[in-house]
Amino acid sequence: MNDAIFSLKKVSKVFPGVKALDEVDLHLYPGQVTALIGENGAGKSTLVKTMTGIYQPDGGEIIFDGKPVYFHSPHDSHALGITAIHQETVLFDDLTVAENIFLGNYPMKKGPMTKFSIDWPTMVARSQEILSSINAHMDPNQILRELSIGQKHMVGIARALSVDAKVVILDEPTAALSHHEIHELYDLVNNLKQKGKAILFITHKFDEVFILADRYTVFRDGCFVGEGFIKDTNETQLVEMMVARSIDETYPKKTVEIGETLLEVSNLCHTTEFANISFSLKKGEILGVYGLVGSGRTEVMQALFGTARHVTGSIKMNGKEVTIHSPRDAIDHGIVYVPEERQKQGIVLELPIVQNVSLPQMERLTKHGQIDEENEMSLARQYCERLQVKASSWQEKVMNLSGGNQQKVVIAKWLATNPKVIILDEPTKGIDIGSKAAVHEFMSELVDSGLAVIMVSSELPEILGMSDRILVMNEGLIVGELAREEATPEKVVSLATGGTVTC
Amino acid sequence: MDTIIKKPTTPDALLTNRLQKFFRWEMFLIILVALVFVMNSYLSPYFLDPWNLSDATFNFTEKALIALPMAMLIIAKEIDISVAAIISLSSTLMGLVAQLGAPIYLVVLMGILVGAACGLVNGVLVTQFKIPSIVVTIGTMSLFRGISYILLGDQVIREYPEGFDFFGQGYVYWVFSFELVLFVVFALGFYWLLHRTTFGRYTFAIGNNPTASYYSGIKVDKHRLILFTLVGLMSGVAAVLLTSRLGSTRPSIAMGWELSIITMVVLGGVSILGGSGTIGGVVLAVILMGLVTFGMGLLNIPGIVMTIIVGLMLISVVSLPVLISLYKGKKAKVL
Repeated sequence: MNDAIFSLKKVSKVFPGVKALDEVDLHLYPGQVTALIGENGAGKSTLVKTMTGIYQPDGGEIIFDGKPVYFHSPHDSHALGITAIHQETVLFDDLTVAENIFLGNYPMKKGPMTKFSIDWPTMVARSQEILSSINAHMDPNQILRELSIGQKHMVGIARALSVDAKVVILDEPTAALSHHEIHELYDLVNNLKQKGKAILFITHKFDEVFILADRYTVFRDGCFVGEGFIKDTNETQLVEMMVARSIDETYPKKTVEIGETLLEVSNLCHTTEFANISFSLKKGEILGVYGLVGSGRTEVMQALFGTARHVTGSIKMNGKEVTIHSPRDAIDHGIVYVPEERQKQGIVLELPIVQNVSLPQMERLTKHGQIDEENEMSLARQYCERLQVKASSWQEKVMNLSGGNQQKVVIAKWLATNPKVIILDEPTKGIDIGSKAAVHEFMSELVDSGLAVIMVSSELPEILGMSDRILVMNEGLIVGELAREEATPEKVVSLATGGTVTC
Repeated sequence: MDTIIKKPTTPDALLTNRLQKFFRWEMFLIILVALVFVMNSYLSPYFLDPWNLSDATFNFTEKALIALPMAMLIIAKEIDISVAAIISLSSTLMGLVAQLGAPIYLVVLMGILVGAACGLVNGVLVTQFKIPSIVVTIGTMSLFRGISYILLGDQVIREYPEGFDFFGQGYVYWVFSFELVLFVVFALGFYWLLHRTTFGRYTFAIGNNPTASYYSGIKVDKHRLILFTLVGLMSGVAAVLLTSRLGSTRPSIAMGWELSIITMVVLGGVSILGGSGTIGGVVLAVILMGLVTFGMGLLNIPGIVMTIIVGLMLISVVSLPVLISLYKGKKAKVL
């Protein structure tokens, strides 16, 4: 077996409070596909950023072609022929396909004006060449905005191939692609393999691993778990490596008496995102919703909160049919939503804590047309103290708080409205461990006080640790419902990935 | 044994916050106003005459009446540059009904309603067709004034009913003109609206983060629609005052006012990017601009030079906080 062209040896990357990568190893070989497998938060994205020079490692070494290298910036790794296709490739909607492919690297005309004049015919011709080599049939002069997501992805791939790459990193390239497009991508990967490129393929989906990869490397929680040849392993073994964990993380799950049915969703459909979504939610219950990115879980929750359009089906609260067309409707019916994109949708960063908490119920806090500021303050104080928000004062702007405390303010805001159902979309994403525990503890408290909680999460331990029942979604459908007792990491993951392990 | 556990409590507000609030933009404007006032009274013996000062207020009261709702609109991350054109259209229609012999109350009502309707048109275009407000109002700016030109041509209308001149020329008490008193009343009203009511709070929330506001149950589009209508309505009020003061209507009336109105708002410390500002600041900026132009007028400084000075004043005053924060080593918030 020939030698690795690109190796990471004991590479570490530390962020304040988190060890994102802990002495990990990775080897890529020319003409071979190495699959990198790991859950969300396993450190895959950090790894890609370290390999492409966006982050600088805090320890260990990177070896390229037998020599140790150090990437000060993405430019350095690019110059060596390392190219990455990210989950969400940064492309420019208003430029043409060809302009996107060669952005920053335009072919120039020869002669005295070489710095200023782009050689358009060459650029278009070469774009055409690259595009047809990856079987992407589109006009290089087309504006990117007019393309489908899948096509845009192909442009991203073409862009990565426009330089003479030796190492190609594909970071969950199939997340946004249709079935047909995925197969085209497989051909493309095989094509690259034959050209002798070293490929790193990052994915959640096991079927892809077995179709494409020659080797695998498994990460868990920022640590290297194992590597080997695909032909020597099987799916069960990989799942075990990926999710097996020491059960030292405890979840503050309380036994709460489950009451009558509160929310009943039947046959909820959306034109593109999801179909036939039916489930019920009982008082005192935590319903976990698990699915990969793109499985439609967030869209279903947004439909319940009234922010998605073109939704059909019925939603019943306490047995009564309700129509929800806007967040106002949802709030009035007692359904509130703690969004995944906290800073964009959850909170007004520039306003003080107190004003964020009172925002959904200003009308109730108004006396003779005027805001009753004392009442407002006492409401905010009450709920923020209950959630243990740490701030120098309640007039502090939310932007000055840590991510965890911002999340607590969002939750305080919703609790203050006395909701019946609270939907938490990735409630602990991007917050520190201390706040995470506080959020979990609080969820238990919530159901204890008679609320019903829907928790969307892609963190498996959280789902397994907190839920009474787990819905698993895949490609816009509910593919399984597991009771707390019967749920195992393996079952949940294989359902979500459309795998073959039978429950 | 009971042990008393002292829970650390979070104060409602910190003293430093209050101090910061006190020394913010308004304080700076107050100092500037005082400076200009003292300078003017040294430079010209006529400056401190109450009647002269009262005369000076006519230069800005009409614009200032529009600056009040404009401040709220800009805080909500929108803008309306069609306001001067609204004045023109509303004045034109007032003139036309006056020509037909309409009584005073109908003329006034016409002016205000036309203004509000124009604002509503802007609001509908922005909220229903999702066109950026700057584009919409550039369009309606030409549209509204264009209609005035078609209706009037070169004609000037002077046939206003008896007593109509009171709104723009009358005095309520001693040197206090109707225009000035109306401005004070509206300034207090808008202060209350922006800083004391739910409507005002929503305005700040939307200006800072429209998505999160929507997710918090605020009807964002309805709110924007009301704000645009309010700006139109106040433009209508200003049209009544201006038409009454001039005693005539022509299509070119109030040409270029939108820029002085927006200048007042920005000088008043309202962020052009939305999200922050106060009515107090806008009122101070209005007074500052009034004093500066009046002082220059007394010194016989030509109009062209005045505009240069006002422009320089705007840029230097607005960039000052950025320079100060750069000096302090803090990175200035550019976007």
